Amino acid sequence: MTPTQTTAAAIATNRFGLGARPGELPVVGADAAGWLLRQLRGAPPVLKGEGLKPSAETLAKVIELRKDVKARRQAKDDQEKVAAALKLPAVYRPVYIDEIHARFAHSVTTERPFLERLTQFWTNHFAVSVDKVAVLGLAGAMEREAIRPRVTGHFQDLLLAVEKHPAMLLYLDNPASIGPNSKAAHFVGKRGNGRKVGINENLAREILELHTLGVDGGYSQSDVSTFAQAISGWSIGGQDNGGRLAKLGVDNGTPGEFLFREVFHEPGAKKLLGKSYGDDGVRQGETILRDLALRRETARHISTKLARHFIADDPPKAVVERMTHAWLDSKAHLPTVYEALVESPEAWEQPLAKFKTPSDYIYSSYRALGIPLREKRRALQPFEALGQRNLMPGSPAGWPDTSADWDGSSALLKRIAWADVVAQRLGDTRNARDLAPQLLGATLTDDTAKAIARAESGAQALTLLMASPEFMRR
Amino acid sequence: MKMPLSRRAFLETSLFAGASTLMASRLAFANAPTEARFVFVLLRGALDGLSAVPPVGDPDYAGLRGQIALAKAGEGAALPLEGPFALHPALEFLHRSYAAKELTVLHAVASPYRERSHFDAQNVLESGDLRPHGSTSGWMNRALMAMPAGKSREAGVALGANVPLAMRGPAEVASWSPTKIAALDDATLARIADLYARDPLLSQRLADALESDAIASEAQAAAAVEAEGETPMMSNVVEQDAKEKRGYNARYVETARAAAGFLKRDDGPRVAMFDTTGWDTHANEGGAQGQLALRLRGLDAALGALKESLGPVWRSTVVLVATEFGRTAAINGTRGTDHGTGAAAFLLGGAVAGGRVLADWPGLARANLLDSRDLKPTRDLRTIMKGVLRDHLDVPTGALAPPPDRWTA
Repeated sequence: MTPTQTTAAAIATNRFGLGARPGELPVVGADAAGWLLRQLRGAPPVLKGEGLKPSAETLAKVIELRKDVKARRQAKDDQEKVAAALKLPAVYRPVYIDEIHARFAHSVTTERPFLERLTQFWTNHFAVSVDKVAVLGLAGAMEREAIRPRVTGHFQDLLLAVEKHPAMLLYLDNPASIGPNSKAAHFVGKRGNGRKVGINENLAREILELHTLGVDGGYSQSDVSTFAQAISGWSIGGQDNGGRLAKLGVDNGTPGEFLFREVFHEPGAKKLLGKSYGDDGVRQGETILRDLALRRETARHISTKLARHFIADDPPKAVVERMTHAWLDSKAHLPTVYEALVESPEAWEQPLAKFKTPSDYIYSSYRALGIPLREKRRALQPFEALGQRNLMPGSPAGWPDTSADWDGSSALLKRIAWADVVAQRLGDTRNARDLAPQLLGATLTDDTAKAIARAESGAQALTLLMASPEFMRR
Repeated sequence: MKMPLSRRAFLETSLFAGASTLMASRLAFANAPTEARFVFVLLRGALDGLSAVPPVGDPDYAGLRGQIALAKAGEGAALPLEGPFALHPALEFLHRSYAAKELTVLHAVASPYRERSHFDAQNVLESGDLRPHGSTSGWMNRALMAMPAGKSREAGVALGANVPLAMRGPAEVASWSPTKIAALDDATLARIADLYARDPLLSQRLADALESDAIASEAQAAAAVEAEGETPMMSNVVEQDAKEKRGYNARYVETARAAAGFLKRDDGPRVAMFDTTGWDTHANEGGAQGQLALRLRGLDAALGALKESLGPVWRSTVVLVATEFGRTAAINGTRGTDHGTGAAAFLLGGAVAGGRVLADWPGLARANLLDSRDLKPTRDLRTIMKGVLRDHLDVPTGALAPPPDRWTA
């Protein structure tokens, strides 16, 4: 094998994958791009894990609980109030832990790491953050239900599945967004005793700004407002505040499932980005989303993000250009876009251009050293310790994706300290000197190899391997 | 030393006139330029200024705000300030600071950014640029470069694992957040430092991290002695999630104390920054109690802890608390508020001649709202930043401008 080929294998496993496992570089072989693209063939794997259940089941349970919480909140007794406040987290937290554990286990063992990295890219692109308790038990399920099965399909299908998922609807406050001329608004106007209902434009804005066109995508405040009206009524079944809707004889859907509430929907044709959309119920919003998916601004925005994620903080323009064309020519067929990325020569230059995120660092460490996963509750600890809590980016923009966002001095020290704890635990059970070339391939430097060889203990050698500049990057 | 007259002169100047009288206050501070401390607290997610600083005397306020309007009197009433203004009842420490003339409340302020994206707005506020993503360095970092102390290492510190954009740039800035490195032995660290010798970024980061950690552990040890037996401002445990509340308060209080630990040192950094999240209250924002109240209480406790921990250094400290933009004047359909424009901000500290509200109040009548929806901004937040830089830190105000036309003085 020529040196170039071994560099390519190291790039394939570390930059495009989740970090090499021992024995993986020879499997990649000479055709590194082929190894990546083969991972996209066939149905994406279904995540397995104890306790995983459909989001609708979790949400249906929570909808029931909310009634009880409401009753307790109205109580005079402080203890009752505290108990009420803790009820949702008590149901949601174990679900969240099950989800994270299954995802972590899969990331550490998968033989299709490129596919997994793409999956997690999309989860972050369509970020819902579990610091909002309402989505704590649903965020993992959103990835499994809406994202995983569609990562190798068309973007418009992925987009629709995500925007209709209860986790996204709840995260961006759409279920109770009510058109000012809807039937529900008229009803409340007549009998609501001064209660106000109206549009919440949060989801509409973030779809345009973050999920599709991008902030410079040429839309206006009026497009945001119009779009919010078009998706008013995109809601969740079973939620019926005080049974008001039932009294009206309105369909309350299946608890926890997407429900188009016609009575919330702002009626009428809408004009968005210069195009008219007829008064067509739920299809109005769906058609807008399908059109957004195929716009040049969307193609460019997401191609740039993908190229930045995989290649470099400041991605090569030529690559973004090729991906944008692939997107538009293929009508947003994602594997065609991924292929344009992987087939770009620029993708194989300058190894180690990206500073690993904490998650990258943790997954790659577990894969490199074959670290056994600990019991479920403790699966969260490394992510917490290194500053990237699972599915908790804190905003709908998701985690940031450049070196400067992650390479702070305190962040580096945390990584080193964590690596050392792991190394002490593993001690002599792993041989860093043998592992280093297997993991880093042609990117292993003489300095690191020497430092590892001269370490005073097996544990120290492992710490040095994990702390090395080439293991900090990908 | 507190300089009430010159401070007041500066603030009035930056409100009503140009830069002409700023010279006086610069002279006033020339005696001990290195004593000045500055803390920037960024509230990410867009604080609802109309709830934090409710204009309860504005005739349109109660109507626009409906269920989340704060009352002028009675249970949960807003805490009165001058004119039509009041403070949210959760901001007790800030209200005491106002009475002690250590708080200036700013209202209807905004950065030059006029769209409604959080992320671009934060980018503008942090870079000091006129448009988003125009600069990769932050205004605080450029200010550090212009300070005498900026030439030495670690003139600034970011409380967090990583450095936010406002503090990124050519000046060395430390970041600090609690790390358990007790088990890591010096010999291993020395070998890692050797291994980083040919990697400028990592070797710099590691050196900074170890220095910060040494400073912080000293400060923590001192704080532990001071704070023994004390329960930090958490008496009203009613409503909401008690556990969550403790989480917010404790985290930001700890961050504020750590910031104080750095700033207190004679040889430590003079400028610190930390950020807080959770201000994006689109739904069920709450009034005197509720989601926003919970977070405001956490912020208030953190600012109180900062003052307490800084001790005598508070006298030479200015804290700017700001957010990327305000929220809609009216509540939305889900008892919250959407992205707006004009915002509130706070200038706090022993070096602030406060006890006043600085607002060229546009009013909340529909005709006076921006795009018929947002509080109209009447002051550029950068005039406040410039004032702090020039009059407090003795930095040429050009530092705020982004490169390439950045300060040359």
